[in-house]
Amino acid sequence: MEDAGFILGSYALAAATVLFFAWRTIRHGRKLAEQVPDDQKYWL
Amino acid sequence: MTTIDPANDQTSPDQSATPVDAVVRGTGTRATRLLGIGTVIAMGWLVAFGLGFSPADRDQKESVRILYVHVPTIWIAYLAFVVTAVASAMYLFTAKKSLGWDRVAGASAEIGVAFVAVTLAVGAMWGRLTWGVFWQWDARLTTTALLFVSYIGYLAVRRLGGSHQQRAKRSAVLGLLFVLEIPLVHFSVRMWRSLHQEPTVANTDLDTQMDGLMLFSLFVGVIAFTLLYFWLLLHRSRTMAMEDILEDRGLDDALVARRAEGDIDMRGTS
Repeated sequence: MEDAGFILGSYALAAATVLFFAWRTIRHGRKLAEQVPDDQKYWL
Repeated sequence: MTTIDPANDQTSPDQSATPVDAVVRGTGTRATRLLGIGTVIAMGWLVAFGLGFSPADRDQKESVRILYVHVPTIWIAYLAFVVTAVASAMYLFTAKKSLGWDRVAGASAEIGVAFVAVTLAVGAMWGRLTWGVFWQWDARLTTTALLFVSYIGYLAVRRLGGSHQQRAKRSAVLGLLFVLEIPLVHFSVRMWRSLHQEPTVANTDLDTQMDGLMLFSLFVGVIAFTLLYFWLLLHRSRTMAMEDILEDRGLDDALVARRAEGDIDMRGTS
């Protein structure tokens, strides 16, 4: 594939950004969830 | 005969219950897990079509493959900022003034900022391949950068001090204001002379001149990033709800501690 570095790099960059955002959100949520009682979690 | 030491038994109820409890206590539900699985599958399809099945372009050759990430991320960022504006309006103009709307607005803006960052970064790579430079102070690029900086400002304003209602009110005003930049970004290529190409799909003529498989690959990208957006929105807005609960609790605890200190002082002076 011509210009493979830029093309694969753009996909890798997008994936890294999205995965970091998702990981941070889930980890932060789990940490906070340990301190909040279940009856205050409207989604449960 | 094999004996099992209960202290090291990995299958004992206490040990095996921990991961399940952690999932239940977090921000996940059955719906978000299904949405997450759908997102992963759609992302796999995007990689397969974007990097594999989709043909190279006559003019842009292989570099056109960046389109399947670049375009969906900015479209879903537009959607995220519109959701922020709608949720802001719902907060401001309804009698209940529910903080749930404010959290949806904030969560959506965060995701939108992340998606615009991806758009700008992969767009710079595409620019390097097609124009020979990573960045130009072109109308489309500049207005997109302005959109990005505006919503970073919106997120910064959300972190200023004050009550939850004060935060919600001031950020709702900004949420309604900044959404007006979206038409400016989208039509910038028509309003000013621009290096950036005009819209191929969402153009005013409604005439999409694109190869069928390329259009389908773009459609897969839009579906994948839409699913990802809603998955992130659910998790982030729930996390924000817990942040608010814990902030309120911290304030209550601080008030109790301060009152207790006051009682001690009063007894000491009497």
